Amino acid sequence: MKLRKIALTAALAAASLAATLGAPSALAQAKVQFFPSLTGRTGPVAPNATPFANGYADYMKLVNARGGINGVMTLVEECETAYATDRGVECYERLKGKHGGATVFQPLSTGITFALTEKVAGDKIPLITSGYGRSDSADGGVFKWNFPLIGHYWVAGDAVLQHIAKQEGGWDKLKGKKIAVVYHDSPFGKELLPIVQERAAMHGFTLQLLPVPAPGVEQKAVWLQVRQQRPDFVVMQTWGVMTPTAIREAIAVGYPREKMFGTWWSGAEPDLKDIGAPAKGYNAVMMQHGAEPQSAVVKEILSKVHDKGQGVGPKDEVGQVLYMRGVVGAMLAVEGARAAQERFNKGKPVTPEQARWGYENLNLTQAKLDALGFKGVLRPISTSCVDHMGSAWARVHTWDGAKFTWASDWLQADEQIIRPLVKSSAEKYAAEKKWTRRTPQDCQS
Amino acid sequence: MFYRENGQFKTNYKADQQIFPIAQDRWAIAALLLIGFVAVPLLADEYFFKAILIPFVILSMAALGVNILVGYCGQISLGSGAFMAVGAYMAYNTFVRVEGMPLIVALLAGGLSAMALGILFGIPSLRVKGLYLAVATLAAQFFCDWAFARIGWFTNNSSSGSVAVSGLSLLGWDINTPARKYLFCLGLTVLVALLAKNLVRGAIGREWMAIRDMDVAAAVIGIRPMYAKLSAFAVSSFIVGMAGVLWAFVHLGSWEPLAFSIDRSFQLLFIVIIGGLGSIMGSFFGAAFIVVLPIALNQVLPAIGSLVGLTVSTAMISHAEYMIFGALIVWFLIAEPHGLARLWSIGKQKLRLWPFPH
Repeated sequence: MKLRKIALTAALAAASLAATLGAPSALAQAKVQFFPSLTGRTGPVAPNATPFANGYADYMKLVNARGGINGVMTLVEECETAYATDRGVECYERLKGKHGGATVFQPLSTGITFALTEKVAGDKIPLITSGYGRSDSADGGVFKWNFPLIGHYWVAGDAVLQHIAKQEGGWDKLKGKKIAVVYHDSPFGKELLPIVQERAAMHGFTLQLLPVPAPGVEQKAVWLQVRQQRPDFVVMQTWGVMTPTAIREAIAVGYPREKMFGTWWSGAEPDLKDIGAPAKGYNAVMMQHGAEPQSAVVKEILSKVHDKGQGVGPKDEVGQVLYMRGVVGAMLAVEGARAAQERFNKGKPVTPEQARWGYENLNLTQAKLDALGFKGVLRPISTSCVDHMGSAWARVHTWDGAKFTWASDWLQADEQIIRPLVKSSAEKYAAEKKWTRRTPQDCQS
Repeated sequence: MFYRENGQFKTNYKADQQIFPIAQDRWAIAALLLIGFVAVPLLADEYFFKAILIPFVILSMAALGVNILVGYCGQISLGSGAFMAVGAYMAYNTFVRVEGMPLIVALLAGGLSAMALGILFGIPSLRVKGLYLAVATLAAQFFCDWAFARIGWFTNNSSSGSVAVSGLSLLGWDINTPARKYLFCLGLTVLVALLAKNLVRGAIGREWMAIRDMDVAAAVIGIRPMYAKLSAFAVSSFIVGMAGVLWAFVHLGSWEPLAFSIDRSFQLLFIVIIGGLGSIMGSFFGAAFIVVLPIALNQVLPAIGSLVGLTVSTAMISHAEYMIFGALIVWFLIAEPHGLARLWSIGKQKLRLWPFPH
């Protein structure tokens, strides 16, 4: 009796499952440009990854409100990864073929980026990793499908050190100084190290490397070491719940916040607003933009998306740092698709392969950016076959106890130092994978 | 009615001692293998292979290994993730450092290294028992996490600590499509399952079970505890290590030490407990439950939501997935503490009596 009931329920469940999964969704029929969104709305990075996902979705809605990409509407479908690599890979496999094919993936996780880098070349889907992922993927000659647009960790690291050197009055003043690097003990954290080690060797400062195990809520030991050794500066490569924990520990051991510098995932409102005034003086380098509540694009999102009741997240986070990063990420994804459309098939959805051409031939002039509402937010971005990054500008902002204010002028990472690092690391990867560098003909395609 | 052995007479010892003495079982297994090797590759799509079948098959293999140690020999271990990591990294080093290294040699090297470490960390089992041993095996986990993150040699001095392999092939047969990856993993898993089944019903398996049930009594009747326990550790970590190689090489392609963190050890232990301690079949059930159910829930919940006219947010789906999954685990353990394998054998018993239960 009991068995029959179980069998019956199981059969029913299986039947309803098959029915719901098998039914083609109405959206699949319409001609849309599909932008998958791998989100981290739960898990250890939720406070930071949620505004990113909201900004990404809101900007795509704004694009539709503006009339789509030459008339082609955008479509976002989310899949939750909780910052876990295996779930991220599952999401990628789930979404890549949906709605006519995923245009581009933006995983917002270095671990997932490493895993997907293996897969995108085979599937021919581009991967945008603005400010994270593999730094060496800026070398488009090796990484055909990866685009660390507008910056990667080595740019962030170089900009932070430049800012510190400027504050001190020149690189020579750093000689003999001690800089501690507090980093997430994972590929994400370790990616920062090559550039700071290079700079340390060049300018004669010593490094104190302090790894923090994931997810980074246990940092007592690390900050006791900071208290003992009293480094002159602390550079933080942290993300998610790890950043506020680090700042709280710094307050507890009395390390001055003015001497702490986050890279660009370690200085946004969710990290600091709960700490408030005691965090005053904390700095973080920003990937061009910071919090931009006054920018034209934010005003347009508020009027065309949020005021119509279409906004994904709370209204007050619109314009915050990570929300803006989602907006910028979405803008880059859309503009690449637009460039590809204009070359291949105007007014029709582009394939991921065509979109890749668009990302490789991005040419966002200041006039174009201003027209899109990014005046004062972004500087021109132009990519090529050899340069998949497109721009290396950064600024540093400081927390004044309630909000961020700019603390530096525009900084540009030193390409003379970064380019050889990128090249040698990319060559090593290519040798391990037995890949050959792309030919000039391949660059034309 | 469907499952009766009436009329199946054994005329020699060989027939009596085979793995599946009942004809229906033999047919069922043959049908399962046929489905696994022929029907599934014909029907499944890429998503199904990559996201569900391959992880399921590999984790089943790892669970088999853990089951030998925990289920058959009664030595609770929380170091399975570490043994997977050892397999993965040692196979990586064998594979990358020697030009033209065959995959199968790297696979065995990974398994053997894990075996060596398993024996080493199994030594405390000679003195400590039960939960205390679980704590001792945790040391293996933390040691390996530390070693692979800190010692550059293991990762071929990769700056980020993440390593990758590509170009897998077996005797000239390129393992490059999802279907081939699946077949490769499935073939190995079936081989390992056959090996494990034969081990546990042989003399050594009986020794393990005697040690599990009461080690003092086992020693009294002449079973050497050291030999029995360490052989269980060796066989178990060899299998777990090979599963680690497959997980890294075939499933992930590129990995970091976090892929084999303490969470992986817990996951494997839960697979074995939910599937059924001391059951080969249970390892497969447990792996299916742990691997497939969360993904299925994640996909079905929005569909159910849309049926009743609700749009469920991404975060809500994720939270609901955890809650339902957790509730199901509790429910299963209350309904059947001996695991899914026990439900399976109850089901077989019912089929035998059906339709005349009395």
